[in-house]
Amino acid sequence: MNKKLIDLQNISKSFDGQMILDDLNLYIRENEFLTLLGPSGCGKTTTLRILGGFETPDSGKVIFDDTDITKLPPNKRQLNTVFQKYALFTHMTIAENIAFGLKIKNKTKSYIDDKIKYALKLVNLDGYENRMPDSLSGGQQQRIAIARAIVNEPKVLLLDEPLGALDLKLRQDMQYELIRLKNELGITFIYVTHDQEEALTMSDTIVVMNQGYIQQIGTPESIYNEPENAFVADFIGDSNIISATMIEDKLVEILGTKFPCVDTGFGCNKPVDVVIRPEDVILSSPATGRIKGVVTHLIFKGVHYEMEVTANGYEWLVHSTGMFPVGTEVGIDVDPFNIQIMNKPASEDEEAVKIDE
Amino acid sequence: MNKKKMLGTPYFIWSVMFILVPLGMVFYYGLTDKSGAFTFENISAITSPEHSKALFLALLLSLIATVICLLLAYPLAMILCSMNINQHSFIVLIFILPMWMNFLLRTLAWQTLLEKTGVINNILTFLHLPTLNIINTPYAIIFGMVYNFLPFMVLPIYNSLTKIDGNVINAAQDLGANGLQVFTKITLPLTVPGIISGITMVFIPALTTFVISKLLGGSKILLIGNVVEEEFTQASNWHLGSGLSIVLMIFIIINMVISTIFDKDGEGSVL
Repeated sequence: MNKKLIDLQNISKSFDGQMILDDLNLYIRENEFLTLLGPSGCGKTTTLRILGGFETPDSGKVIFDDTDITKLPPNKRQLNTVFQKYALFTHMTIAENIAFGLKIKNKTKSYIDDKIKYALKLVNLDGYENRMPDSLSGGQQQRIAIARAIVNEPKVLLLDEPLGALDLKLRQDMQYELIRLKNELGITFIYVTHDQEEALTMSDTIVVMNQGYIQQIGTPESIYNEPENAFVADFIGDSNIISATMIEDKLVEILGTKFPCVDTGFGCNKPVDVVIRPEDVILSSPATGRIKGVVTHLIFKGVHYEMEVTANGYEWLVHSTGMFPVGTEVGIDVDPFNIQIMNKPASEDEEAVKIDE
Repeated sequence: MNKKKMLGTPYFIWSVMFILVPLGMVFYYGLTDKSGAFTFENISAITSPEHSKALFLALLLSLIATVICLLLAYPLAMILCSMNINQHSFIVLIFILPMWMNFLLRTLAWQTLLEKTGVINNILTFLHLPTLNIINTPYAIIFGMVYNFLPFMVLPIYNSLTKIDGNVINAAQDLGANGLQVFTKITLPLTVPGIISGITMVFIPALTTFVISKLLGGSKILLIGNVVEEEFTQASNWHLGSGLSIVLMIFIIINMVISTIFDKDGEGSVL
């Protein structure tokens, strides 16, 4: 594993008496693509602004490359930011925008010209030197904002929801573009988003945040497949989150029916939450399923059908390539390794909140 | 004519009666002599020493007043901009309040305050301080211009300052710019439209004023506005008055053209 580049230690921050970050601890390794993911107001942007130097934490330390930079102003930090709405200098040409940081550092003209060429090539916008920012599309402006940041050769690039203002298709293209850029530049990316799909596609590490607390840190696979609590499960993808009882190791009772599972160590007869992803619910004939239910909704989604099945008093969300018309009696089963067991939330802070998507 | 355009009829009639017709009359009088024959004499009269001196003085004083307004207004606008909304509306209120009072009245008040035996000098004498003798000097005129027209400089600059996205400032800092560099390279260039429209809104009324110079400058200091006024009221020479007005209009048009070039989006304007 690469070495720690940034270490946030016990960071707290509140605005007007409202706690935004509470004792946050997080480290970021060199060369990592780390995403801060969470709903609005979860503290992800504040964390990024503290890293960039635009906010000072009320308490705690920001360690960068073994140096305390907590009080260092933004213009003295070895990192650059790509802002949400591009924040290009509208009174300057594209070339002047990109050259801004380099001119301040008194680089030679030939060095600056080379850098502009290189950066524009990197973001696939060669020949745009003399255009004005207003004449570019949103996607192009965002790429210029990235070019303007990377010519300064930062060790870390901070990206604050950079794709938020773009339309869906462009957003998907830009995701691949960003992964390519990260690999070509070999620097650390810290990315803030509320879009779980963006986070899953691009990140090495995802940090799921809610209400100023880190809910889970892990690879995209582990966050998706093994959410640690109901909030994470609910926020990342669709899921069935059901109250259940852990009878013993490897046996859980869901809605009155016993299901074999693979988790151990939760104790006997303990209340837990289980997460079952909709694509992991197996529909079959009523005779073969573990629980019987009735299909109540059916929507064709292209890749799969989305169904709602009422069984034992719970509305199961099911994604399946097989189609069962509304009113059909079906049997429901789940493979043991697809049942994810989670402890019930210990405090209110971990409580799942409804997310508007 | 569709219904929406019908709504404009009252204003249309108004503007014909009180803008177009008088303007036509100014041009008619300005380009004719007393017998009604066409002439450029009223316009070329500006070259006479007496008139060109008044024009030059008006240009000079209004230029100085504009510069002073700019120097006072820019920092003030920046302070207003950095305040939160509550403090801010209070300051704006204090600032705008005098504007609601009649401009003649306020200038007249300054005449009383600045007089040789006026309120200010009485206080100064009482405190055994040297008295202030600026009434009836160009300084008093400049003071009056700044006092009356300062709000017209602050508002457009404030407007254009508030339009700067905070992230643009952050981005400049992020790229290594210190406070001074952010100001000279980002803030100042982005507020040029506001500055230009502020300059227009101060310079034009200052250039054409005759009340401020009359009340605070005594009758000794003649600006071009005073000359025009005298031609209409005392000399009853409407032809010469109109001719000089046309010359003044040319200066105004030049100023407007410059301001439109710099402020293409109309973002600095408050009207």
